[in-house]
Amino acid sequence: METYTMSNFNNEELEKRFQEKIDKEIKIEPNDWMPDAYRKNLIRQISQHAHSEVVGMLPEGNWITRAPNLRRKAVLLAKVQDEAGHGLYLYSACETLGADREQTIDDMHDGKAKYSSIFNYPAVTWADMGAIGWLVDGAAIMNQVALCRTSYGPYARAMVKICKEESFHQRQGFEILTTLCKGTEQQKAMAQDALNRFWWPSLMMFGPSDSDSPHSAQSIKWKIKRFTNDELRQQFVDAAAPQADILGLTIPDANLKWNEARQHYDFSEINWDEFWQVLEGNGPCNKERIAARKAAKENGQWVREAATTYAEKRALRKTA
Amino acid sequence: MSKEWPLWEVFIRSKQGLNHKHVGSLRAADAKMAIENARDVYTRRSEGISIWVVESNSVHANDPADADAYFEPSDTKIYRHPTFYDVPDGVKHM
Ligand SMILES: [Fe+2]
Ligand SMILES: [Fe+2]
Repeated sequence: METYTMSNFNNEELEKRFQEKIDKEIKIEPNDWMPDAYRKNLIRQISQHAHSEVVGMLPEGNWITRAPNLRRKAVLLAKVQDEAGHGLYLYSACETLGADREQTIDDMHDGKAKYSSIFNYPAVTWADMGAIGWLVDGAAIMNQVALCRTSYGPYARAMVKICKEESFHQRQGFEILTTLCKGTEQQKAMAQDALNRFWWPSLMMFGPSDSDSPHSAQSIKWKIKRFTNDELRQQFVDAAAPQADILGLTIPDANLKWNEARQHYDFSEINWDEFWQVLEGNGPCNKERIAARKAAKENGQWVREAATTYAEKRALRKTA
Repeated sequence: MSKEWPLWEVFIRSKQGLNHKHVGSLRAADAKMAIENARDVYTRRSEGISIWVVESNSVHANDPADADAYFEPSDTKIYRHPTFYDVPDGVKHM
């Protein structure tokens, strides 16, 4: 998009006006002046978020053909399709900041950009579809609801749309688990096993502890983030613990306990070593996920090229 | 990588009688593909009955940095609003 400039302020004045807007809850829009670091920080966060939506399709896509009945299959298909849309909204938001979409994708493929570590865990049983919807989408929703008030307009609008679509994702997962928990002993055991495997990785989705989160303070000042990682994690535990009770499942944490004084659940320290290991690329599925994404891009290359050639030919024919 | 597909801005009319409204953007090889993709990503829950797509580089805009000065003339002309005028008590249908 092109703009027509009438005047110029110096950088200091621009930065002051920028922070004033943020403080007054006025959204920043694509062509507005913004500090370079704000732009970079946003590109990093939004592209990481976009990659997570796209890579997140892999563990669930794996179960579409093996869903236990047609209803579950249609639901899972719709959910995975939503995630593709979420990826698109976010890549588009990223592009409004001047980021090159293909470059951000290649950065992920080359390991230079991250995606949520949760998707490096395998989905080995049908109950995992339940646990992923309940916990993984649940954690994502916690994070995304907070981001509906983020300071960058296109990101905030993408979040509003995404949140509307997400609301069925968590419910369908919880429904899968409810059904399994009311089923045979084996089915219930399957649900418990899925919870055991997905609980801790879900808590890790909120990112490193505030004390180890390098971008956190600045992101809060610029209102890119509205809550810290630890605050969101606590919210999530507080919401999930009673839900597990309703399912009749046990959260795999002996220290999980309601703290009357704090009005929050206490829980054990996360195994940060595992978190950093997975983030560094050493989780159970990191290589498989990146290989799948690279293959998708490479195998689709001829289709994109053919579409370009076809569009060019048609345009030529029109002008001829 | 060969040439990237152009970027398109997507506008959706949510129901008959309402304006088309900007909802986002996407990349597509041509207008037809842009409209089809817009249907698939922006109207999955009956959000629309009509789609416009416009190539993003065809959109021109004023500079937001100058917005205050640029739109100031309209703020100062309060006599453009009906509330500016005194109407005697008892006057009806005005
Ligand atoms: Fe999503
Ligand atoms: Fe989701």
